[in-house]
Amino acid sequence: MPEVILSAQELVKHYPIKKGVLRRTAGQVKAVDGVSFDLHKGETLGIVGESGCGKSTLGRLLMRLEEPTAGKVIFEGADWSSASGREMRRMRRDIQIVFQDPYTSLNPRMTVGDIIGEPFEIHKDVVPKGGRRRRVQELLDLVGLNPEHINRYPHQFSGGQRQRIGIARGIALNPKVLVCDEPVSALDVSVQAQVVNLMEKLQDELGLAYVFIAHDLSVVRHISDRVGVMYLGRMAELGEEDEVYSRPTHPYTQALLSAVPVPDPTLRGKRDQIVLVGDVPSPANPPSGCRFHTRCWKAQELCSQEEPQLEMRADGAGEHLSACHFAEPRTIVETVDVSDLEPDARFVATDLRDDALAADAPVDLDQMAERSGQLHGDAGYAPQEVTRLIDEQPGDHRPSDG
Amino acid sequence: MTTQDTKPRSKTSGSQFSYTPQDGLLLEVEDLFVEFHTRDGVATAINGVSFNLHQGESLAILGESGSGKSVTAQAVMGILDMPPAVIPAGHIRYCGQDLLSMPDEQRRLTRGPEISMIFQDALSSLNPVFPVGWQIAEMFRTHRGMNKSDAIEQAIQLMERVSIPAARERVKAYPHQFSGGMRQRIMIAMAIALDPAVLIADEPTTALDVTVQAQIMALLQELQEERQMGLILITHDLGVVADVADRIAVMYAGRLVETATVHELYASPAHPYTRGLLESIPRLDQKGQTLAAIGGLPPNLMRIPPGCPFNPRCRMAQDVCRTDLPPLREVVPGRFSACHFAEEVINA
Repeated sequence: MPEVILSAQELVKHYPIKKGVLRRTAGQVKAVDGVSFDLHKGETLGIVGESGCGKSTLGRLLMRLEEPTAGKVIFEGADWSSASGREMRRMRRDIQIVFQDPYTSLNPRMTVGDIIGEPFEIHKDVVPKGGRRRRVQELLDLVGLNPEHINRYPHQFSGGQRQRIGIARGIALNPKVLVCDEPVSALDVSVQAQVVNLMEKLQDELGLAYVFIAHDLSVVRHISDRVGVMYLGRMAELGEEDEVYSRPTHPYTQALLSAVPVPDPTLRGKRDQIVLVGDVPSPANPPSGCRFHTRCWKAQELCSQEEPQLEMRADGAGEHLSACHFAEPRTIVETVDVSDLEPDARFVATDLRDDALAADAPVDLDQMAERSGQLHGDAGYAPQEVTRLIDEQPGDHRPSDG
Repeated sequence: MTTQDTKPRSKTSGSQFSYTPQDGLLLEVEDLFVEFHTRDGVATAINGVSFNLHQGESLAILGESGSGKSVTAQAVMGILDMPPAVIPAGHIRYCGQDLLSMPDEQRRLTRGPEISMIFQDALSSLNPVFPVGWQIAEMFRTHRGMNKSDAIEQAIQLMERVSIPAARERVKAYPHQFSGGMRQRIMIAMAIALDPAVLIADEPTTALDVTVQAQIMALLQELQEERQMGLILITHDLGVVADVADRIAVMYAGRLVETATVHELYASPAHPYTRGLLESIPRLDQKGQTLAAIGGLPPNLMRIPPGCPFNPRCRMAQDVCRTDLPPLREVVPGRFSACHFAEEVINA
């Protein structure tokens, strides 16, 4: 296995709950509560879990966008979590992040050229001033956008294209690690595959290591070499992609896998179904012992008393990390190896570029509605209603792709 | 005259209008068009859509954002904001009666007892300032003229039916005091309160985690079977569809591009768009999969390309696709596709 490039060691992040007039601390939300893992050069580590499990906080801790309550982040042998401002800035060149929402993570008043070029303003020695524009155009080309669109604004792009801009900004400084926080979950299915394929291509070309945080277990399986499953701020299971998906030993992983719908109607009613009762408990007051014991069908007295450690446990064919006292493998999905299967060329987009089409359809209904509202300065006019009706639901950002 | 007689709420819908499905046929949508008239022009959100729904049947309308799937649902339910929406042509018949030409009051009385709907975002669909029990009970008070305590009692029973734990204690709780999954259960309780014949579920689980999604879909299926409702499931998720639907209608740019039974569609899609979608989603049960992305973007609804709306993204497109709009035609018995080369796709 290649060398370890980034290592999280017992990372903890607690957020205080303030109460009363004096804002006294009344408790702690234990968002991340002792998470350790290694990321190797050039690999993809997927982090999955349901909402509230702490996966996004973990991503922000790795980037040091949040200061850890305890624990360390070691990058190439140096402790990043205690580095000074100057050191940290230098190290940030090597660790970058792509955010989930391509609509709020790009400044609407900056051109694409300024957005992607901004890292060069901070890290002035990466590209000499005269060459920045050209470098930005190279980056646009690399992510499959038209370099001539450098002076356009974010609203002139679709959701998928905006996410490409976010990725271009993320790789601008040639980082070694890219933390991706739900990079494709706001995108439509047909566009999602374009971005996933782009990320795989970039990884091959640039030797990037990804921490890929997502709630979609199918996407994570597709892109990851190794996968960590989080539950209530702790790592429940961690192993090679095939170990976690084909031979899961933690009951939570098993339940999670059994709940994911598979796009194959012939499997209807034939799959191993584990229906979990109840909801995820509050991270402010996690259950004692094993955090999953309140919803686990295997739980015994030991589980509520003693917290199981994340350690190597037998999975039937070998062993991988699992945090369950009663870890045993259970096949939830029958994995089919399709690596030899080539998709029918008649239905495949061979190149990643989509600007030829985009040039023809740069404005969607949302934008049009927004724009007409702005142009006419008419708050009473119903641009938002138009948007909402065409959209799936208010507040859902996905629609702008269409 | 008592106040009871003057208030429309004292009416019970069944006494005034009755609807009986002929041969189990509940809903017929025929050549429906919906346009949005805005200052920048006219966007055609639905462009000649026809489908039927029978008793006890689950029909999935599958599409990406902007495909018109939600607008279709809203048109059937009669909750489109008009303007800006305009329905220039088409019929929506419920048990043989055209909903679009019905007087408003009669149409209003179909919402709830005949056709009802659940939405994606339960938090914004429920009223934050009223207890959930009150909101469920409102259905009985408004449509059945029930008194307050009977209505609350009914609400509690419904909450129990949709498996909300400690329903009697929580009937006075407010929406924010429930988790996302529980809120969706409350929405379902409201939707089934008056025993509708048609239930429209618009992305009912998109905002939920997978384990909760599985619970909610199981509940919906159970209720549908129990009450023999016709279910229209609006979704973009090919996995959910495979688990639940009997029949699928795939929408693209406001048109139906393919309809088939769920097994046929997954086994051999008859439209390049459907085929592309199926090949572009990562599957949980496969490793080493190559994702065959569909290039490009769905079209701007104000400038839908001439010919087949999918032609700019289609690898099979020929000259005819750029000039002639392919009609939705029966390719093999029971299967419809709007592609000039459907036979070639289905056998690929």
